[in-house]
Amino acid sequence: MPDLAVEGLVHVYSEGEVRALDTVDLHIAAGEHVALVGQNGSGKTTLVRHLNGLLRPTSGRVLIDGADAASLTVAQLAARVGLVFQDPDRQIFSGSVRGEVEFGARNVGLGTEARREAVQRALRATGLEGQEATNPYDLGGARRKLLALASVLAMETPVLVLDEPTTGQDAAGVERVREIVANAAASGRTVIAISHDMRFVAEGFERVVVMRDGRVILDGPPSVVFAAASWAELGSTYLEPPRAAVVGDRLGLGSTPTDADVVAGLGAASG
Amino acid sequence: MSIGLSGVGYRYAGETKAALLDVDLDLRDGEVLGVTGRSESGKTTLCLVVSGLAPRTIGGRIRGAVRLDGEAVDDWPMHRLSQRIGIGFQNPATQLSQVAESVFEEVAFGPMNLALPRDEVVTRTWDALAALRIDGLAERDPRRLSGGQQQLVAIAGLLALRPQHLVLDEPTAQLDPAGTRLVADAISRLAADGGSILVTEQKTDLLAATCTRVAVLDGGRVAIAGPAESVLADDRLPRLGVTEPSSVRLRRAIAAAGFDEPRIAAALADA
Repeated sequence: MPDLAVEGLVHVYSEGEVRALDTVDLHIAAGEHVALVGQNGSGKTTLVRHLNGLLRPTSGRVLIDGADAASLTVAQLAARVGLVFQDPDRQIFSGSVRGEVEFGARNVGLGTEARREAVQRALRATGLEGQEATNPYDLGGARRKLLALASVLAMETPVLVLDEPTTGQDAAGVERVREIVANAAASGRTVIAISHDMRFVAEGFERVVVMRDGRVILDGPPSVVFAAASWAELGSTYLEPPRAAVVGDRLGLGSTPTDADVVAGLGAASG
Repeated sequence: MSIGLSGVGYRYAGETKAALLDVDLDLRDGEVLGVTGRSESGKTTLCLVVSGLAPRTIGGRIRGAVRLDGEAVDDWPMHRLSQRIGIGFQNPATQLSQVAESVFEEVAFGPMNLALPRDEVVTRTWDALAALRIDGLAERDPRRLSGGQQQLVAIAGLLALRPQHLVLDEPTAQLDPAGTRLVADAISRLAADGGSILVTEQKTDLLAATCTRVAVLDGGRVAIAGPAESVLADDRLPRLGVTEPSSVRLRRAIAAAGFDEPRIAAALADA
């Protein structure tokens, strides 16, 4: 399982002067589950696009298991880091659900049998079983997004990067994504997810990295990043802690609850 | 200004099953109607029908009657309808013109096509950009913005048209909490000026903050409709695939932990 490191990473998009990443240093150990949060335009997507070589640093380095990503081919990077885009329509191109999910798995060189199983697992995890022959554009927006996720899951990369996986998902869809993240955790895969959904972040991730203007400003477990002591810093980038954390503070629950269920548990213990 | 639907049904071209059935809805002057429901319950279809794109642009068969300000619009062509009602799509990439070189031009594109005087176009464009606090992006290339920034640009383009009626399909899907609040404020201001607005959302917290009434769709039918407060506290929401607002979940959790009503109210106050 690879270990990811970003050292002094700077990215300036060639057209214009915007410094999308302004010296980011980050180490993510194999098997970690990291949520990346921050205001729109803070550099989250730019950062993760460096992890699989879609973007190359203006300066600084991306290390994958100690190897400089610049020395790896796009194929080598793609086999290690699977990236699911925010907008599935930038990713989907096949005429059928099955074709879409098989494409990546074939390209990372999974054998016929392994591929068949990986595709089946991915379809099951995303609830797309039985839809194999459907044209992706006949699916609703939420399921098309799950299809994009399935096509990357089927590549069975040791690192999974999800760019806003819960947007447009209903309660059941969010639960599905949560399970996919939990299962990836159980199998030791590294998961990095960008999200504005603080409840999803607080419940599903052991580490939260907060970005502002291309820099990392907070990094720690949800109970620390969302604790009252961090609210001013969160506020500086227009983020809010999950409401449960605010309620926990007002009730004087001691530690920072990240969800209603935790509020109930802590409250019962303290009351 | 009002929008009325009575007995509306709709079936997509080539489909045997109706996507909407027997929908009765009324939006009065200055009202924001929130529509929620699980994925593929008919939310996007409802937006297409209310805005008139279905069936005028995408085909299919419609039944029942859609009225704007009391007038039946059945035989109105799209160009007439679109001067009275605007629609914001779920995916901002679909909405942007792809021909504008700057955010300013992109937002001015709609008003320019209304053949308004030049000064009026400029005023409206700056007003819309300022309302969503993206005036700082005016010179940027809209195609090179983050997903959330693009969503704000797309909404600014609609605000600049100053529509009397507006349909927004998950307008905040890709937005951070600050962007979400700006859009919520813009919706409230439009409504205060007398506009009627229909907004679909999975984020029930946002519906609680902006809507006067809420309807929940299930299988293309209206399952629950009524005042926002009562619908969002309805115990059928989980069964209908809708996430309960965090205030509802937290209230239950705090009560279960044994806190009394004054403590509950204090913990939940305007958070």
